[in-house]
Amino acid sequence: MSEYILELKGVTKDFPGVRALDDVHFNVRTGEVHSIMGENGAGKSTFIKIITGVYTPDAGEIIYNGKPAVIRNTLDSQRLGIAAIYQHVTSYPDLSVTENIFIGHEKYNPYTRRIAWKELHARAAELLGQLESSFDPRVRMGSLSIAKQQIVEIAKALSVNARVIIMDEPTAALTNRESEELYKITENLKNNGAAVIFISHRMVDMFRLADRVTVFRDAKYINTWNRDEITHEKLVKAMVGREITQYFPKRNVHIRDEVLRAEHISRLGYFRDISFSLHRGEILAFTGLVGAGRTEVCEALYGITQYDEGHIYLDGEEIQIRHPKEAIDKGIGYLPEDRHGHGLVMDWELFKNISLALLEKFSRWKFIREDDEKKSAQELGDKLEIKAGTVFDKANTLSGGNQQKVIVAKLLTADLKVIILDEPTKGVDVGAKTAIFNIMGELAEMGYGIIMVSSEMPEVLGVSDRIVVMKEGRISAVLNTEETTQEEILHAALGEKKKVISHAE
Amino acid sequence: MTERTIRTERPWSWKRFFFQWEWLLVIIFILIHVVNSTLSPYYLNINTFIRTPQSFLDKAFIVLPMTFVILLGNIDVSVGSTVALSSVIMAVAYNAGLPMPLAIVLCLAVSTACGLFNGILMVKYKELSAAIITISTMTIYRGFAYVILEDQASGGFPEWFSFLGWGNIAGFPVMLIVFTVCAFLFWILLHKTTFGRSLYGMGNSMNACRYSGIRTDRVILIVSLLTGLMAGFTALFLTSRMGSTRPNVAQGYELEVIAMVVLGGVSTSGGKGRIIGPILAVFIVGFLSYGLGLVNISAQVLLIIIGALLIVSVTVLNVRIRKRKKKIPA
Repeated sequence: MSEYILELKGVTKDFPGVRALDDVHFNVRTGEVHSIMGENGAGKSTFIKIITGVYTPDAGEIIYNGKPAVIRNTLDSQRLGIAAIYQHVTSYPDLSVTENIFIGHEKYNPYTRRIAWKELHARAAELLGQLESSFDPRVRMGSLSIAKQQIVEIAKALSVNARVIIMDEPTAALTNRESEELYKITENLKNNGAAVIFISHRMVDMFRLADRVTVFRDAKYINTWNRDEITHEKLVKAMVGREITQYFPKRNVHIRDEVLRAEHISRLGYFRDISFSLHRGEILAFTGLVGAGRTEVCEALYGITQYDEGHIYLDGEEIQIRHPKEAIDKGIGYLPEDRHGHGLVMDWELFKNISLALLEKFSRWKFIREDDEKKSAQELGDKLEIKAGTVFDKANTLSGGNQQKVIVAKLLTADLKVIILDEPTKGVDVGAKTAIFNIMGELAEMGYGIIMVSSEMPEVLGVSDRIVVMKEGRISAVLNTEETTQEEILHAALGEKKKVISHAE
Repeated sequence: MTERTIRTERPWSWKRFFFQWEWLLVIIFILIHVVNSTLSPYYLNINTFIRTPQSFLDKAFIVLPMTFVILLGNIDVSVGSTVALSSVIMAVAYNAGLPMPLAIVLCLAVSTACGLFNGILMVKYKELSAAIITISTMTIYRGFAYVILEDQASGGFPEWFSFLGWGNIAGFPVMLIVFTVCAFLFWILLHKTTFGRSLYGMGNSMNACRYSGIRTDRVILIVSLLTGLMAGFTALFLTSRMGSTRPNVAQGYELEVIAMVVLGGVSTSGGKGRIIGPILAVFIVGFLSYGLGLVNISAQVLLIIIGALLIVSVTVLNVRIRKRKKKIPA
């Protein structure tokens, strides 16, 4: 009997023109959480797909339970007892929780061949109970929150007695509290003898959960450490291959006069009585739990949705924004949270994406001037250091960080005063995050007023000047970043305290 | 300024140049002429190319705006009914004493209003699909045409009105000249203006355009309006050629028009394709039916051929797209 339940030795995978995995080693014991970390494109996804049988390796061997295993397809991996839970839940939203758990291995009444619903529902409830969740397994999957859907996916893994459970970025879409619940569940799984492979961008996840951590970089295996052997800095260095001296490059920007002020704006059912002010050169963070109404406020400021009550002032003048076009013309730009769906035309060239927000600037008498577009794309692309070969590169060929830069470039074509960035670092790797923060700092220096919506506490504390904390559609606190702590923000987000600080002029 | 620079030009690639759907259409177009000329010794004649289009160009006017509609990822099946309604109203108004020039204006006004009505419904009720909305208005418009004229014919237009469908200017058919002008204007609108760019953007990602400040509702309304207007052109030329009209004219035009657009390489999921493709498709289908006429094959066979061509075009285009999407995973 081997020490490890699953072991990979020298696994290599080639795709035309790219080596996606290069001589990778990995192992995991039962009753262990083994975290895999690496930047986007480091090979994590390919690695999972090798284990789950989506891809077959070109070289190297997989040893399962002490014996060499051949995993040719996903069925093979399921038979071995390997289950994966993905970041984007891959379920059937219109089926019930029970159906989602037992799909493919339903239980039948042996005589009538009918599905034994009663038994399945009871078994589903039992599995959910093991995961300390008590919702009704008869409800539609789609009506559950992402966090609960993930619990269902885990229950599904349990239902087939999976011994190796892979979790791919499970916390990406969760709030802190939901993540905490997921941690507990994961620990339970581990204590019950499962081997958990936990893939995440988030350092917190790793330090909170993992027994060991393996780092990949540029398709290569870098090293494996025990949790207590490694520090935050060492880990970041291993992931990016260079030392990031200042994770949050906060600049000292002189904060100038007020540019935007919202007074008591409300939208029925979404947010209530929101008042804040934003100054030139300031980075104002909006934080709170997911669903606290941050995005809704931003969308109302940008004219995607409307507000029912209240006033918005830009440079002291009251403005009405009924459409994003009006927002852009008046000087408010917005980087949406969903960059694939809302931020970019994914199948479009760089220069077309960049000019889209202000076509009239790149046209004369409504006739488009492509040369202007391309030149501007080149200039902005170079300025923001977008990694692309030509301005004809399609948005979907770029990495997450570079896509985000393209959207920023798009905003910069307009003559803006206020830039709203909604979760600008979501799904972006460490190096690109720093680049985005640098850009934000530069923009602040140039005199833009910046609103950043973010759920990442260190990020909020690291880059902002002031922090607006929202809770259930209302502002629960406005805090001065220099004087506040993570705990204070959390209290405000959970609604245990009210404190408002304005600028000390 | 950093040292690395994003280039603004890309090298000419013969692959990109020749691997275009339009080349295939050009080849089919030439093939049809080769076949046709073997069928009839009198076929290869400059007159064939100038005269024949008169027989099929009437519906081609709708192909132009339908390209826009399908680029948006929408569909409009009410155009045939729009043609019938505007044509019937023109005939009835003329016979009730309205001067013909005004009746023509009325025809265009009615068709434009029909198109605009579709557009307003689409903008107001975004949760309804364009297919459902236009299926409804298709029956409504056709219904009105029947109510107004019942099952009769109406005609007796002045002599000069037939000039539209049959006449020549400087040796070229009026219809061909008007179509060429319209095609050119639509080409400019689609490929050179901010409107065209927004249209492509919306076909690819409606949300990205909305978040970029494109006035998406306005674009949809303009496209619907143009569809109506061009259906009015079709009504004029069709009525002029036939000399009279009935409530059941232009039945099935919508499907023929949509077929030509798809054959022209415009993706039904929106955002992909150029207007030159559907224009080529108009002439391919037109000359194909002319060739079949030469050997006395019935028009029904044409439908089979068009259907087969459609399946081929959709398959080939989709395979191409699927290949492109097969990216290297990270």
